[in-house]
Amino acid sequence: MDQPKMSDKTSNVLDINGQNFDPNLYLEKLFKENTLRQIMDQENEIVKDTQTLHSDMQTLVYENYNKFITATDTVRKMKTDFKKMEDEMDLLAQNMESITSFSQQISSTLQETREQISKLSGVHSLLKRLQFLFKLPATLKTRMEEANYSQAVQDYLHAQKVLQHYGNMPSFQGIKADCETILQELKTQLRNQFNNPDASAKQLAESVDLLLQLDEPAKELCSEFLTCAEKRLSEQLVMLRDQSEQRDITEFVDLGCSGFLSDLCLVVASFHDMFINRMNTDNIENNEIFENFAAVELNTFIVNKMQKYFELVQNKVDLEQDIGDTTILVKALDRFYRRLQAMNTLCRDTDFAKTGIEIVINAGRKQCKTHLQVLKMHFADSLTKMRQALTTPKLITQDDSSVNLNEMLMSLILTVVEKVKGVLQDLVVFIQPDVNFAQRELFRDSFCVDNVREGLIVCFMHHLTATARGLCSNNVSDPKIPPVLLLLLSKFCLDFQNGHVHYLLSQTDELFNINPKESSALTTENEINTTMQESAQELLNYYVRIQGLNISQMLRKSVETRDWLHTIEPRTVRAVMKRVVEDMASIDSTVAQLYEDQGTATEHSSDSSRKTHSISVSRHQYRSNWSSYTPTHLDSTLVSNIHKLFSERIEIFSTVEFSKVSILTGIIKISLKTFMECVRLKTFSKYGLQQIQVDTHYLQLYLWRFVADENLVHFLLDEILGSAVHRCLEPVLMEPSVVDIICERG
Amino acid sequence: MELSFVEYISYKHIFWIFCGYTMENENSVIYGLEFQARALSAQLAETEKIRFLIGTQSLKQVNNQIHLVEFDEENSTLKTTVYHHSDGEIWKLNASPIDTSKIATCYNTVNRENLCSMKTAILKLPDTENYDHIENLEILTKFNIDSLGTDIKTTEFHPSDASKAACVTDNHVILWDISNTEAQNVLNIALEGKSNPKFTTGKWNPHQNCNQFATATETHLKTYDVRTGQLAWNIDSAHGQLMRDMDFNLNKQYHIATCGDDGFVKIWDFRQTSSPIYSRTDHSHWVWCVRFNPFHDQLLLTASSDARVLLSSAASVSSENNQDVNIHDDSLDSSENKQILSDGPLQWCEHEDSVYCAEWSPAEPWIFASLSYDGRLLISRVKRSLKYQIML
Repeated sequence: MDQPKMSDKTSNVLDINGQNFDPNLYLEKLFKENTLRQIMDQENEIVKDTQTLHSDMQTLVYENYNKFITATDTVRKMKTDFKKMEDEMDLLAQNMESITSFSQQISSTLQETREQISKLSGVHSLLKRLQFLFKLPATLKTRMEEANYSQAVQDYLHAQKVLQHYGNMPSFQGIKADCETILQELKTQLRNQFNNPDASAKQLAESVDLLLQLDEPAKELCSEFLTCAEKRLSEQLVMLRDQSEQRDITEFVDLGCSGFLSDLCLVVASFHDMFINRMNTDNIENNEIFENFAAVELNTFIVNKMQKYFELVQNKVDLEQDIGDTTILVKALDRFYRRLQAMNTLCRDTDFAKTGIEIVINAGRKQCKTHLQVLKMHFADSLTKMRQALTTPKLITQDDSSVNLNEMLMSLILTVVEKVKGVLQDLVVFIQPDVNFAQRELFRDSFCVDNVREGLIVCFMHHLTATARGLCSNNVSDPKIPPVLLLLLSKFCLDFQNGHVHYLLSQTDELFNINPKESSALTTENEINTTMQESAQELLNYYVRIQGLNISQMLRKSVETRDWLHTIEPRTVRAVMKRVVEDMASIDSTVAQLYEDQGTATEHSSDSSRKTHSISVSRHQYRSNWSSYTPTHLDSTLVSNIHKLFSERIEIFSTVEFSKVSILTGIIKISLKTFMECVRLKTFSKYGLQQIQVDTHYLQLYLWRFVADENLVHFLLDEILGSAVHRCLEPVLMEPSVVDIICERG
Repeated sequence: MELSFVEYISYKHIFWIFCGYTMENENSVIYGLEFQARALSAQLAETEKIRFLIGTQSLKQVNNQIHLVEFDEENSTLKTTVYHHSDGEIWKLNASPIDTSKIATCYNTVNRENLCSMKTAILKLPDTENYDHIENLEILTKFNIDSLGTDIKTTEFHPSDASKAACVTDNHVILWDISNTEAQNVLNIALEGKSNPKFTTGKWNPHQNCNQFATATETHLKTYDVRTGQLAWNIDSAHGQLMRDMDFNLNKQYHIATCGDDGFVKIWDFRQTSSPIYSRTDHSHWVWCVRFNPFHDQLLLTASSDARVLLSSAASVSSENNQDVNIHDDSLDSSENKQILSDGPLQWCEHEDSVYCAEWSPAEPWIFASLSYDGRLLISRVKRSLKYQIML
């Protein structure tokens, strides 16, 4: 009664087919929830259901009863059948007993006859063997005549044991002796065949096989075989060597592959068949020792031969003097390398592909070196050409030749860059994807990085800077070098630094798949750029120096050769000053072609007016100091010292910048400094001093335009005039207006 | 009235401080002259005191002076004695290597007609120092050069023979006997050649028994044997432009240093004259003077019109670079381990004007003097670190 109260069972309680059906609850629910009509219907349905269930039960009972009846019948029938079988089994047992006794009787009667028969058959086989023995010499002979060696050996081996066993019995001794002589002959025959150089590999193998079967010492055979092979391979090598000079590299490699290498392969293969693989069948302990021995022997043989071959190939590769066609070379090397890779299976201990790759690497290195050589030569040639072009026509058509300067530079850069690019294109053949050795890491590393990038490109750029620097090195100052060449090369280095280095390096890296960030050993672009920059600077400094010294020389000669104490009153500017200005102008136009003034020109003009003004004022005062010059020396010394006190120190030769103004300023500084030194070495009369006054004024009129800072020129010219005043016995200056007139007159 | 000396010095000091060269100041002492000067010489015979002689250059010839400057190293002070040299402006001054009292000057005298003539004389420095008034120097020996050239470049005392001296004029080398007041002409060597070549300077070779006299003419170096007057050896085109000065290495008998207008300083082994064994261009203008340190010949002193004095190393060719000599000498292990200086500039002094002379002190190997045209003498020490590096 508890269960129906549980809420989850409520439905079960109401389920009419469920186990926990509670008729009272069900009825209650029915009465509560349904109308009378519904209840009536329900009742009818239930009554119908009950009737159906009842009839079903009846049918089931009836069916099961029938089955039970049939089972009882079957059990009864089985009982009778078993009874019959038992009787028949008893009968069978009796019969078996009688059969056993009969068979025992028969076997006891037949015992004797069987023993006799087995004895007879033993005798028969013995006789047969004896007969074979007696016949053996004859058989062997016929076999020999037929050259059916293998059968002969078979036969002999058959009889061998018996002969050994009974060999000391008189009747067999004859046979044994006969056999042995024949066998000896057989062996010599086989050996002949073995040593016959024309014999095919198969024949060779056969004879060796037979000889081995005849217990010939394997080691001896082995070495004999190798000597024989050696002879033939050596011939091949000699042939190769003879041919190496006439044939080109492809033919040579082909010849090597088809001749020497395939022969070697054949030898090795047959050796394996004969000495190493076949021994497996025989006695194992000996076998292993021998196999080792054979393998070692073979290895040394192969290594020896290959080494000679490699030497030949190396020589041939080295012989390829000029650049030739890289494609052909690469093709030949590729074939060579592929063949070697195939060879590798032959010999266990040595990696021929490694030696091969070394040869290939060498070839690559050589190719790079030759290219480098050619590049260097080409560069030297263009330098010489440029030098000639610069020296010869300069005096005749100064303007025309100078117009070409920029073009010359461009063409030089262009040819160098193009040449290098051409070389890169040529070398890239080495690492094409279809080239076998190019896939090897070893080769790629060494070729791309060490040879092409570092050995060729970087080396060439270093060569460029070294050549450039060589022109201005301390020890070999060649006075014949045209200064313009220095200027040109300086610009060349500068231009290289500003892009071409980057271009060439990135081209290289791209073509040869080099990642410059990966390896720290690589020369970086910066390093090269720095050296380029340094060389450019060095060349430019040197150019300024040379030009400065050239003008200096002119000035010095002009001051030294004149007698300043006995000179007349100045009427003109000395010719040398005009020459100086002319030279400066020509240098200016030359430099202008290569170095543009980036924006400094405007700046220059904008504040030049101010500067000119201020300097002219100070100059005026300065002059008045000299014009009122009294023989009390000290004042002027003091004045010039005080003047110096407030002016910046002038570096006569500070580093030149890469601009026209800086270059010209450098040259002018050197020249004017020289002028001053020369003046200090002389003693002047009044007119001598006035000549210097005219000259410096003239220079002042014409030089300021070349420099960035006019002050500098003024200062240096003032110093010159000041020095002249000091060195003058009668320091009286000319009227500035007269000086102006003289200078304007030219 | 002229500016007093003290006042002038103070100007110099202002200038000095103004330019901020205090760093170098620790290493050097300045002495200012009131005139321009281009003649400096160490008092060679004096081996105890550090003494230098300066000759001034002023066209007002009575103003010219000779200053004897003595440097007290311990206190870094200077003691100077001034003598008049009223005969003319001094272009070149040399001290006798044997007699401390003898000096030779080459000077320019201007006569009343404003005509110049070069003269040379040997003068005597007085033994006693007289501070009260400035004396004129007594002339010991006069030279009569009139016929042998118009310009006198230098008068060089013989390094060991007190009775000999050599004059270099623009086209002659003249050997004199100077035992008497009137120098006796012993030998004349004329310079021959196309386009009237001139001598620039000359110097005795201290080796080979002092029988050779080296001269510079244009770009070439010519050395004569003074016994015969013949050319002993020469270096043609030693410099690209005019050669200004030379100096023999006292410790290596075949080495000579040269310098010139091309800005190069070169050292030659004159047995092998095709190329110099040392060559540098560290100056930016003409190099006027080159001197080996007499004790440590890897130290090379050069003066240039770029207003700089450079102390450079020429260790690679010095006598102390004894790598090849010492190989068999195991006892000198320490010297093999010694670091050799690399060639190139080691130390420099800045002047305000061109420097025409620089000299080592014969008494103290680490002291040198340099004289710039504006009349400033700088006495400097070799940097201590450098000194130890060379000595240890």
